[in-house]
Amino acid sequence: MKKRKQRVNSFMVNGLLLFLCLVWTVPTFGLLMTSFRDRDVVSKTGWWTVFTRPDQAELTLDNYEQVLSGKTITLVDSKGNQQTVKGDNLTRAFLNSLTVSIPAVVIPILIASFAAYGFAWMDFPGRKVFFILVVALLVVPLQISLIPLLRDYGRLELTGTFLAIWLAHTGFGLPLSVYLMYNYISQLPRSIIESAIIDGCSHFGVFWKLILPLSVPAIASLAIFQFLWVWNDLLVALVFIGSKPGVEVLTQRLLYLIGSRGQDWHLLCAGAFISMALPLMVFISLQRYFVRGLLAGSVKG
Amino acid sequence: MTQERTEDRLLQKALVGVGRLFFTLFVPVTAFFIFFKIFIFLRDGNAPQLVMTLIAIVWGVGGVAALYFLGYWLISKLSGKWNKSLLPYLFVGPALVILAWYLFIPTLRSLYLSFFNDTSMEFVGLANFLYCFTDEDMLISYRNNLIWLIVGTSFASGFGLLIAILADRSKFEKISKILIFLPMAISFVGAGVIWRFVYEYKPAGEDQIGLLNAIYTAFGGTPQAWLMIQPWNTVFLVFIMVWMWTGYAMVIYSAAIKGVPVSLIEAGRVDGAGEIRIIAAITIPYIKGTIIAVSTTILIITLKIFDIVYTMTGGLFDTDVVASMQYKQMFAQHDFGMGSAIAVLLFIAIIPVMYLNLRQFGQQEGFK
Amino acid sequence: MAGVRLEKIEKTYPNGFKAVHGIDLDIRDGEFMVLVGPSGCAKSTTLRMVAGLEEISGGKVLIGDRLVNDVEPKDRDIAMVFQNYALYPHMTVYKNMSWVLKLKKKPADEIDRRVRQAADILGLTDMLDRKPKQLSGGQMQRVAVGRAIVRSPKVFLFDEPLSNLDAKLRVQMRVEISRLHTKLKNTMIYVTHDQVEAMTMGDRICVMELGRIKQVDTPTNLYRYPANTFVAGFIGSPSMNIVSARLNFDGDTCYVDSQNLHLRIPDDIGKKVRQYDGKAIYFGIRPEHIHARETNPEAADNFFNMEVSVVENMGNEVYLYFTPGNSQYIARIDPDIPVRSGDSHEMWLDTNYIHLFDGETKENLIYKPKTQ
Ligand SMILES: Nc1ncnc2c1ncn2[C@@H]1O[C@H](COP(=O)(O)OP(=O)(O)OP(=O)(O)O)[C@@H](O)[C@H]1O
Ligand SMILES: [Mg+2]
Repeated sequence: MKKRKQRVNSFMVNGLLLFLCLVWTVPTFGLLMTSFRDRDVVSKTGWWTVFTRPDQAELTLDNYEQVLSGKTITLVDSKGNQQTVKGDNLTRAFLNSLTVSIPAVVIPILIASFAAYGFAWMDFPGRKVFFILVVALLVVPLQISLIPLLRDYGRLELTGTFLAIWLAHTGFGLPLSVYLMYNYISQLPRSIIESAIIDGCSHFGVFWKLILPLSVPAIASLAIFQFLWVWNDLLVALVFIGSKPGVEVLTQRLLYLIGSRGQDWHLLCAGAFISMALPLMVFISLQRYFVRGLLAGSVKG
Repeated sequence: MTQERTEDRLLQKALVGVGRLFFTLFVPVTAFFIFFKIFIFLRDGNAPQLVMTLIAIVWGVGGVAALYFLGYWLISKLSGKWNKSLLPYLFVGPALVILAWYLFIPTLRSLYLSFFNDTSMEFVGLANFLYCFTDEDMLISYRNNLIWLIVGTSFASGFGLLIAILADRSKFEKISKILIFLPMAISFVGAGVIWRFVYEYKPAGEDQIGLLNAIYTAFGGTPQAWLMIQPWNTVFLVFIMVWMWTGYAMVIYSAAIKGVPVSLIEAGRVDGAGEIRIIAAITIPYIKGTIIAVSTTILIITLKIFDIVYTMTGGLFDTDVVASMQYKQMFAQHDFGMGSAIAVLLFIAIIPVMYLNLRQFGQQEGFK
Repeated sequence: MAGVRLEKIEKTYPNGFKAVHGIDLDIRDGEFMVLVGPSGCAKSTTLRMVAGLEEISGGKVLIGDRLVNDVEPKDRDIAMVFQNYALYPHMTVYKNMSWVLKLKKKPADEIDRRVRQAADILGLTDMLDRKPKQLSGGQMQRVAVGRAIVRSPKVFLFDEPLSNLDAKLRVQMRVEISRLHTKLKNTMIYVTHDQVEAMTMGDRICVMELGRIKQVDTPTNLYRYPANTFVAGFIGSPSMNIVSARLNFDGDTCYVDSQNLHLRIPDDIGKKVRQYDGKAIYFGIRPEHIHARETNPEAADNFFNMEVSVVENMGNEVYLYFTPGNSQYIARIDPDIPVRSGDSHEMWLDTNYIHLFDGETKENLIYKPKTQ
């Protein structure tokens, strides 16, 4: 009797869970399938026909070739028709995204770690006030900064440079970074630091040789956090890069594709998948750290 | 003879002093010069993309680290007392300067600009705010933002809780959690493409390639252009956000649920409570604090939502929200006064959360 | 090597809390000095001021003859062992021990020699390549000590180094540190709140309470001649019975009267407290000086008959608890004497070992302990 009830229970639980998982994954899966389908069929039949009528499934890498390439290329479809198309040059945008992301992840973490160490282990006038400021800024919407910064950047001729966007991401990412790093660094045992100081380390030495190596778990989760945020960001890129073609990042290019090729689903899907590939890889391989970081951050409420 | 020698020595000392001073100034000046040169090269240079990428990364990251070393080097030239009182500011200073430049001062500047006209030349008093509360598009954006806040927060939080509870009882916990969590790694723009495709509409009679219309027509409906049906189109947009942020809520709820003491649940079982009763009467009250925290986080995100609307509809069909209105004021109308005013409204909306954060921080024992 | 001298040192924390109230302490060259006292009495604070980890608000600290108030910790020629070991988790045992020498820019061969020597003394030779995570608590403690040894400092500072170990290991490490002291002959300052550690390890012990020194003396003297009720109660286990009473003289004979007792005091003690006739005092007697009547049948006075409320049998000795009224006495007797709780038993107090303390200052009235 009891057993049966549990079985029904677990059947319902698993059934509902399976349904939700399907709802959550099928849209992405559809995108992935579409990105490999021939451009002629994409707009005529749903992507699920790949499974319902596998004989008509014409899978190809042409879509990727076209969005990645920066030049005009000639594609030959399965019936032998040649077609000349202009590439969308996502390769360049991909590299730009990398150029934006790596320093925009490393710089704030470095600066935040220094600050967190200072707040946690050094005594100076204003320490408390400044940290309260950091906590207050945690939730400030970045929209409030856009216009003043845009004017500053205009004056400094920074708009459209990598430095501009690194600094912007650093500024907007700092409150959370300082907060999370502080939570971690202040939990390290005081005696380890004092021990190093007695051993003859300066604060600077303690920071590089002790704090940074010991903070690797926190840095890892923060790095994933910041990377996802920077790589996926659209607003900051739109505002501070604008439409400078050499600097445009993936999200901007993708947005442009939506605007200019809104119905070319074969290209949009390939482009979207290119923009998702790296964060997904990072995310799946380093999930554990990411979850840990989320949990640490959620304590704040 | 001795006199000469002391003079000699004094001269030598002075020379060494000047030399040191020169050196002390020379190093930072050269360093800044080099940084600047590379910056100009990066801004105007024309090397192959990959090379530029690498140089930019090394320059950006190395430059910041070098700045700290340089600062430390300078400070360690000072005498003990100065060194001691300046060193903390080397650690926290850069962060504070950037925070001040990027968040703190801009808040005040935006407030100031919001009282001026589009070119920021002319004082207009409260005119911008007056417009904000009377303009029809703005009022629609408030309505939409409210839909975002209510539907987005409750559904993301609710689905997260539901899935966390289900997964906790299932053999497939791990895989299902990863699948639900995955959308967090996707950009709003990427998610926009995914869901535009799901909502895609073809006139009746043609094969539907959008998943939603395919299912809808399979059940006998006529195909719909989902993103044009007002005001439901906003709800369709909200679900994209729900899709992305449910994973976040789930992960945190899941950890919280695992923190509920087993003895408590067993006590409930012994008292004869069914599973649903246990969840409602024990689990959920126990993780109430977490539910509030997670909902607050999602609330903040929905309040600032911009990318989804901008990607999916560009604000057409009455889907604009406050943040996208602000963007339009900035870049379509070039009205910095209005843009600032709207940003100030967003800021004001977030003040209660900021207050709660600060209060909680004040109660925290850790920071002495 | 060098002694350490504290002259009127004070510590006020930034929040205004005054933790140390003018401590004077002279630690001789090569001495093993133990700072002991209840939690919060500022033992650590005092030690940390010697180390230079805590700013000195007033007074002077001298190591050898050098005033070190403004000297950086690294230049004080000290080594410190912490309660939680403070090993660098990301470094091997070897690196943990060699790091300090590297920071001091010693030549590589000397570093290696000194590390191996220290490892040899502490039996760590086989573990040099391990990370702290792969060590047991006792081994970690040894590495922490090793890290102090390699630098051959003038002064070793220990802050409750053994309190994270289990009871058995603690005894073992206690002996090892004592042996180390015999071998190295460095000045050592050792903080603990465990009086057994204090009694067994210290050449001298400094008992502290609320940021003040209550007594500094050898373990034997502390036990025999406690300067005040605090030290009397703190040193010894079970602790001394201390009861408020009144001194009364009947001619030249001195009596101590409390709620339940009327004790005659030997004349040589009585002579010293003549001027306290009729005054309120405290008297103290250690549990081992309360005997079962059987052990001394001839005693003519100073016995009493009370109900035993609890009997604790330790095997080699038995503790009896008496709770007349609202006072409590503990006696330590031979396990062969049959006593059961609930019984009344006749006990005898050996007043030759009585301690008398001032009713107000709580200072010892009989012995004037040496001040240093
Ligand atoms: N940073 C600080 N700020 C203010 N008060 C402090 C600080 N550190 C310690 N105190 C206080 O100073 C007193 C002495 O502290 P200390 O750590 O020296 O005690 P202790 O004798 O070592 O105690 P324990 O045996 O628990 O280690 C305590 O009352 C403590 O609360
Ligand atoms: Mg202590």
